[in-house]
Amino acid sequence: MPVKDCKNVWILAEVQHGKLSPTAYELLHAGRKLADDLEEKLCAVVLGNHVGKYARDLIEHGADVVYVCESDQLENYVDDTYAKVLTDLVQTYHPNKLLIPATNCGRALSAKTAVFVGTGLTADATQVQINKADGQLYATRPTFGGNLMATITCAKTRPEMCSLRPMAYDKAPLQKGRKGEIVKFPFTKGKHASLAKFLEFIKSKEEGLDLSEVTVIVAGGRGVGKKEGFHLLHQLAQRLGGAVGASRGPVDSGWIDYRYQIGLTGRTVKPKLYIACGISGQIQHMAGVSGADVIVAINKDPNAPIMKMAHYAVEGDMYEVIPAMLEALS
Amino acid sequence: MHIVTCVKQTPKSENIKIDPVTGCLIRAGADSAMNPFDEYALEAAVTLKEQVGGTVSALTMGPPQAETVLRDSIARGADRIYQLGDRALAGSDTWSTSYALSKGIEKINALQKVDVVICGKQTNDSDTGHIGPQISAWLQWPNAAFVKKIVRVNQKSIVVERLTEDGSEILELPFPCVLSVVKEISNPRVRSVKGRIAAKRAIITAWTADDIGADKEKLGIAHCPTRVVKSFTPTRENTAQIVDGTNGREKGKNLVSLLKENHLI
Amino acid sequence: MNYAINEIEEAVLQTTREFAQKKIKPIRAEMDEKEQFSKQLWQEYCKSGLFGLWLPEFYGGLGGGITCLAMAFEELSRACAGLALTPGTSALGAIPMFLAATAQQRERWCPDLASGKKLWAFALTEPEAGSDATALKTTAIRDGDYYVVNGTKHFISTGKEADFYTVAVNTNPSRGARGISLLVIEKGTPGFSFGKKEVKMGIRSNPTYELIFENVRVPKENLLGSEGRGLLYVQETLDYSRPGVAAQAIGIAQGALDTTIPYLRTRKQFGQPLITFQALGHKVAELSAKIEAGRSLVYTLTHQMDKEFIPAVQNALANQTTVHDELKKLKGARWTKYSAQAKLFCSNVAMEVADECVTLCGGIAYMRDFPLEKYMRDAKITQIYEGTVHIQKNEILTALIKEYAAKGEE
Repeated sequence: MPVKDCKNVWILAEVQHGKLSPTAYELLHAGRKLADDLEEKLCAVVLGNHVGKYARDLIEHGADVVYVCESDQLENYVDDTYAKVLTDLVQTYHPNKLLIPATNCGRALSAKTAVFVGTGLTADATQVQINKADGQLYATRPTFGGNLMATITCAKTRPEMCSLRPMAYDKAPLQKGRKGEIVKFPFTKGKHASLAKFLEFIKSKEEGLDLSEVTVIVAGGRGVGKKEGFHLLHQLAQRLGGAVGASRGPVDSGWIDYRYQIGLTGRTVKPKLYIACGISGQIQHMAGVSGADVIVAINKDPNAPIMKMAHYAVEGDMYEVIPAMLEALS
Repeated sequence: MHIVTCVKQTPKSENIKIDPVTGCLIRAGADSAMNPFDEYALEAAVTLKEQVGGTVSALTMGPPQAETVLRDSIARGADRIYQLGDRALAGSDTWSTSYALSKGIEKINALQKVDVVICGKQTNDSDTGHIGPQISAWLQWPNAAFVKKIVRVNQKSIVVERLTEDGSEILELPFPCVLSVVKEISNPRVRSVKGRIAAKRAIITAWTADDIGADKEKLGIAHCPTRVVKSFTPTRENTAQIVDGTNGREKGKNLVSLLKENHLI
Repeated sequence: MNYAINEIEEAVLQTTREFAQKKIKPIRAEMDEKEQFSKQLWQEYCKSGLFGLWLPEFYGGLGGGITCLAMAFEELSRACAGLALTPGTSALGAIPMFLAATAQQRERWCPDLASGKKLWAFALTEPEAGSDATALKTTAIRDGDYYVVNGTKHFISTGKEADFYTVAVNTNPSRGARGISLLVIEKGTPGFSFGKKEVKMGIRSNPTYELIFENVRVPKENLLGSEGRGLLYVQETLDYSRPGVAAQAIGIAQGALDTTIPYLRTRKQFGQPLITFQALGHKVAELSAKIEAGRSLVYTLTHQMDKEFIPAVQNALANQTTVHDELKKLKGARWTKYSAQAKLFCSNVAMEVADECVTLCGGIAYMRDFPLEKYMRDAKITQIYEGTVHIQKNEILTALIKEYAAKGEE
């Protein structure tokens, strides 16, 4: 179909293990602006088993149309199956833009779908906007380890696809009673099924709160110096009702699990308060915390880059500063 | 078992420098090496080979100097090395690159049937994570991404555990299939003495776009769907408020007061 | 200075240097503190092919010689002398086997030795027989197709972890030292157990055990060479292994200096970096010269040894004979004096360098958080095992007296 005939901004509302991912609302927020700029509709796609129940919620967060494809075959995420269904939807309705969350599943799904559809894809964008002159999607993403920002377009093919980094956008506001259309899309076993078999989901037993859901994060870097140092960070995080995170150094040194890594090769977080202890502030790490409202840096080195990027800088040994904080908090 | 690993030569992470004026990567003097995520992929492939027997082939796409990453693959335990090099490939985005690699894999598959392709989860220079899933799409093979563990393997299929935000998932994929793997998959060995010597002597099979039967309309900067229209270095502000105190303990107490005053805790 | 003279030695240096940085340094302090052997590191050694450096390719080795072994031992010990012993003592335990074994015996033991799947250890010392090996009391009495072994060995490096033990026994006690033979005894053989684990000053990540033999029946196929020639093989083994200890000593000394110099460059007192105080700087210069002298001695010696060792190994493979016999045919030099000189000199250098480095860095070096005190504890063993410095002097002196006696009065 010619480029000019492809209409509407689509977002994929991801459902993970029966739970609608908060990224759905972030994508609705980003997508709503794009659709308004283009004067087109904002459509959400939701795939899974018993996921029709989310359609109303998606509409009340800004979707004009919700495409729902439900099947027990979609109970769990399998790359092939999801990519085939999404491709089928795209080839049926010809959207103009397609935003997918840059979660683990979303990254893989967007990549595979782009090839199936035959279109361009920008990975892990932190900002999306419509270029007024030609209506193209300008997706901006960090590259070369966050040292460079690149704005990428896809002129000749549609939909222009982009995976959007979780937490890059705020959640769309709830608009009670907002109206929209729900379209059911059939799952066709012969056409959509995969040779890969989903066997089992193992829920994380990691203690501590989910980094993406807390308002306070106490993170440690190489300056923590040893595995045991993270106990101290845990204490502070607990006292503040937050969670512990880390930069890459401690993860590489085996002091803490990869799950806690924040930064370009780890997770992006958006807490109200981010306390960085013994973290130098390499750009790769800072890329993951740019959404934090307030950053506090505790570092022995007054010249560490983070001391300039933080809102509050404490020059000192975390093994002195944190116990004093704990005392002051008790 | 025949395992293909895709490897890429990238600048060493710590050496990445950007020209603040042009926004381009400064390549002069920057050491390059195997993309660190590919090291994990290759180690996983070699470990799998050692467990069940077979061959590991390493495939790269890149200019002539990218042969060093293939020799490095031999040192790390690969048996055969293939290089896709062609001017027509220059400037390819992930869509084009994955297409070319998939054509290379098809050619390798014709020489000896391929069971598994293992890619690193992403590269340290462009961080997209597209290549693994996209290769699988071109080849129409099933795939799994963010694989952290190979659970078991038999004649026909492989069972893997992949990382998700909320835990992990076990999947079974029939051969042939494509895996992209995360760091937890392996602990790369130090290149052996024998491997280092073999690396120097290894013979590279080099292919052009024509050799792999690639459609040139899908290759290179002229034909790939995406384009970089602008690049810039992110700006950093300097607004830090220094927390006062004569020693660490005092600063810690003052910090708590400051955070309380500003209703942050 | 780089002493590698060929591609293999060059690759050995590269591999072991990278191995020391990536695999040893991150765990050395913890393993030392916990006095723990690392099975995981053992697997890493296997993956990097570091057990077969000195063994022929025919058995899966690299085809290098004594130089490769010494170079590896130096570079690994530069990071941690204790963790370096995993391949180090396996080589020590296997050298007597490799020298005296028949082609069939080599076939049986060498592939797993070269791959690192099985670890070897050397068991000579007994409670009553240390420097005087002739006094050993462990007996092996022939009974049909078996030897029945009784006795105790102690201070055995890599004890309990190793799979094969090359054990010096007396098969004919009435002949005294001439009754000493070497038997290969496998872990798990009934009656073979492990006694006390020693608590040591240094090299603490390598377990030192007592071996107890109570009516252990060892197949006669496990006898190395012929009965009564055990001490000869032991001497020949030590000739080849002592340069290894010397190389280890140089590694320890270099490691200590590698830790010291950067500290002296950054640590300021009286307003200036410590290294700019000439009294300290000159000491560093002097230590570095001693290290280089020791290294030069070690590799000059091993390169000479390899000129005989490597061809002898090749001939033994071709002729289905023992390496020991082929070495004899080549009528090569006796290395005892030079090996003893290398070990004497280098182990003294290691102790001196480690000691001086601790003093140079001062208080911090006395703390366990700083890696220097460990070098000092580890260095000491090189003056003791495989013959104390005094025994080395005896060896040198005996050789000198013989030499001058043979010359007569010129």
